[in-house]
Amino acid sequence: MRLRAAALAVCAAILSALPAFAADPVRLGAVLSVTGPASFLGEPEKNTIQMEADKINAAGGVLGRPLEVVILDDETDVNKAVLATDRLLKKERVSAILGPTTSGNSLAVMGKAAAAKTPIISCSAAEKITKPVNPYIFKVAPSDRLAVARILAHAQKQGYKKLAILTVSDGFGQAGREVLKELVPAQGFELTADEVFGPKDTDMTAQLTKIQGTSPDAVICWGTNPGPAVVAKNRVQLGIKTPLYMSHGVASKKFIELAGDAAEGLLLPAGKITAAEKLPDSDPEKALLTAYTKAYGEKFNAPVSTFGGHGYDSLHLAVKAIEAAGSDKPEAIRDALEKTKAFSGIGGVFTYTPEDHAGLGPDAFIMLGIDKGDWVVIGE
Amino acid sequence: MKPAFFGINAAQAGLFLAALLAVPHLLPNEYYLSICILGCLSAVIAVGLNLLMGYAGQISLGHAAFYGMAAYATAIATTRFSLPIPVGMALGVLLSVAVAWIVAAPTLKLRGHYLAMATLGFGIIVSIVFNEAVDYTGGPSGFVGIPRLSLAGYDFASDLSYYNLMAVVLALVVLMSLNLMRSRTGRALRALHVSEKAAASLGVDIAAHKRFVFVLSAGLAGLAGVLYAHYLSFIAPASFGFSFSVQLVVMVVLGGMASVWGSVAGAFFLTALPEALREFEDIDILVYGAILVLTIMFLPDGLAGGLSRLARRLRRSGGAS
Amino acid sequence: MLSGAPQYLVSGLTQGAAYGLIGLGFTMIFNTTGIINFAQGEFVMLGGMLAVWFAGSGLPLVAAVLCACAATAVVGALMERLTIRPLAGAPAINAVIITIGVSILLRGGAMLAFGKDTVVLPAFSGVTPIMALGAAIQPQSLWVLAVTLALLAALKLFFTATLQGKAMLACACQKKAASLVGISVARMALLSFGISGLIGATAGAILAPITMTAYDVGMMLGLKGFAACILGGLGNPFGAAAGGLVLGVLESFGAGYVASGYKDAFAFIVLLLLLFVKPSGLFGKAGVERV
Repeated sequence: MRLRAAALAVCAAILSALPAFAADPVRLGAVLSVTGPASFLGEPEKNTIQMEADKINAAGGVLGRPLEVVILDDETDVNKAVLATDRLLKKERVSAILGPTTSGNSLAVMGKAAAAKTPIISCSAAEKITKPVNPYIFKVAPSDRLAVARILAHAQKQGYKKLAILTVSDGFGQAGREVLKELVPAQGFELTADEVFGPKDTDMTAQLTKIQGTSPDAVICWGTNPGPAVVAKNRVQLGIKTPLYMSHGVASKKFIELAGDAAEGLLLPAGKITAAEKLPDSDPEKALLTAYTKAYGEKFNAPVSTFGGHGYDSLHLAVKAIEAAGSDKPEAIRDALEKTKAFSGIGGVFTYTPEDHAGLGPDAFIMLGIDKGDWVVIGE
Repeated sequence: MKPAFFGINAAQAGLFLAALLAVPHLLPNEYYLSICILGCLSAVIAVGLNLLMGYAGQISLGHAAFYGMAAYATAIATTRFSLPIPVGMALGVLLSVAVAWIVAAPTLKLRGHYLAMATLGFGIIVSIVFNEAVDYTGGPSGFVGIPRLSLAGYDFASDLSYYNLMAVVLALVVLMSLNLMRSRTGRALRALHVSEKAAASLGVDIAAHKRFVFVLSAGLAGLAGVLYAHYLSFIAPASFGFSFSVQLVVMVVLGGMASVWGSVAGAFFLTALPEALREFEDIDILVYGAILVLTIMFLPDGLAGGLSRLARRLRRSGGAS
Repeated sequence: MLSGAPQYLVSGLTQGAAYGLIGLGFTMIFNTTGIINFAQGEFVMLGGMLAVWFAGSGLPLVAAVLCACAATAVVGALMERLTIRPLAGAPAINAVIITIGVSILLRGGAMLAFGKDTVVLPAFSGVTPIMALGAAIQPQSLWVLAVTLALLAALKLFFTATLQGKAMLACACQKKAASLVGISVARMALLSFGISGLIGATAGAILAPITMTAYDVGMMLGLKGFAACILGGLGNPFGAAAGGLVLGVLESFGAGYVASGYKDAFAFIVLLLLLFVKPSGLFGKAGVERV
């Protein structure tokens, strides 16, 4: 799972062309869940980081030195994430770590990186990662709170009063469930049902039937593929007409493909990247997003996802910090990261401060609907 | 009971400990130390599981549950209730022992695949509780902020100190197991493995012996669990699921059934293998599976059996030349 | 208005039929070889993934499903020939560990060959639900139930009316006696792995339109299938099918009436309690042990 060979090949090519380039590489590490249950997140992250690192090297590297990213797969396993982090810190001696992919793994390795005074730019979403702020820990994935707030604002406008939630019993679903259980009542809605399904469950009719018995105005389903696609299909199968919100966890074309016709009419909050080409031309981020979409699609023959965007953001934030600091010393990178202002990434516009290592505002999410197998941007 | 055996056992365990303690000084990089710590933890459980599987002939596909419940118990005790770490660890091990004691009675009456199913089901139920009892366990996203181990005023903050502790614990567990197998109880366990009826006819209390060894192995899993929790400072249900239970069984069989040293070898082998296979990039999973299948096919009595055969062959060829 | 119970029953029976088929696969192999095949769940996964792959490469749906089942049967037979037969004489636990190794290989191979994404197979005859007795029934559910029944009937016929089937039964009863009357136990083992692959793949393919499939669905389905055949009593194919139905219905009602997060725990608790009362399953015969 390493990029080193590829990066070195690129470096070798450049070295022969530019004698001045003969410097030690700037070394970054990444701990990503390239295989295992979270591979749908980790794989696009890895692909994006590789692609962007190649691009940076082709353009002359960082600080005039080649960029090398050592990518290790943690197989979505917390022990392997810890071992991989140890390896990056002690054996590979990297200047900063990108990832881990999942919240659990990020929480598990945070202490190690902080003890080694090496910054981490996590690709996972849990609020606990940056709250309370640990000086060495940053994250790029938007907090679930922002996504829930987007949904509830939409529900309020529709005049819904009673909401039911259906969440997956893994780290992603649990984080969403906690925020939902806090915000739904806090914003004046009645929470009629709180149901759960397993990540490998293949039939949710029982939960939906039970939810339907409480007659909510809308249902919010929080999960990642394939569970929510099953929920969407079961909903159609049961003839349920109650509106269904999904989470940003399924904000990819893959979900529409899986759920097929059952996806019609569903609503979800998503990063702008999900529907880049549907954004109004006035959107300042549109050019960047469509360029990334095109490059990724050409290179990997796969649609982009928000998750690949996390890889893009973590890498570019690190590179930008190294350039701003003029050094690849971990401490210097940390200090520079904390001064990041209005960096336009794939996930949104990042501004880190000593009090905020999450960096994103509520505009990180837009509301999308699904119509005829494609996204439609729902206006404010 | 022959005291001479215990002398030999103590000498073996002493040598083993010396070898373990020498390891960090031979490693090229401190990173390998983390693998060794996880290897020691798995070895403690595998040695215990081998007492149950290899000697007494009873299978358990749910040992990760005992490992996990002890880890969660000490995590909750030392954070939510701010109890001292030794108390939390004692509570953790006690919980595993107590649950094993209760579960043993109805479960160990079952035979063969039914026993496998019952222990498997038990393991799954416990791991669902880890996932669902969010208020206590932190749910699927894990339990954060467990204090790093400190005992009697000494902080095991560095990986090296933690490894040395694990080496001592593992050596003691190995010594205890070697002695147990040379004792009357050990012989009774092996007898009931061969034939329960024959053992019973010789006056062995089958149920009591099975229960004893089940509880002992659960206690060792619990010991590993509390040490794991205070090493990593973070635990999540995924580490204590069915896959890990299966992996433990594989460690015991791969190492060689009814061999304490085999279990240790199996545990270290399976812990280090995935790290060693990182060089294979995407196909590492295939290499891992193939190594597993081929090892069992060509070393039917496990690593321990294979090594002792190799040693014998070397000795013979050495004698011939 | 949907009412609870009938819907839970329909969902439970559909899931349960699939668990039963998977359990049936376990039983076939157990009967001839005495081992529990942990790669059984991977046969189910292969059935689904291969069907999707064949369908994607242009074959009509029915042909794709049939090809997937046939290919998986070959995989099963190969597995027996290459990894189980060479073990002859080794303890059963070694064979079980081998099946774990093979399951890792099959899962890894499927991940590399088909990718990590979840994929879906089109339903055999549309998705317009049929409303009956207050429950919405997917046409695919009927397919699942019908195929399960058809397979059971075919197996019944196989065991009672064909020489091969009778030979296999004989192996299950008494291996040594069977080989004494000229039955090749090794060939029966090969056949049972093949049939097991076929049954598992069928379950995977008919379930794929409802549940979708991915390279890593095998383990959970395998576990449920194992539970089904233990619940029904190991060694009894029809017990396994019945055990699967009971398990599916228990899960579904557990999710509906208890707490959805605990539905698997609910099913397993009932299974454990049953084992404590009846240590050889619902329809299993208590074993007689020779001293």
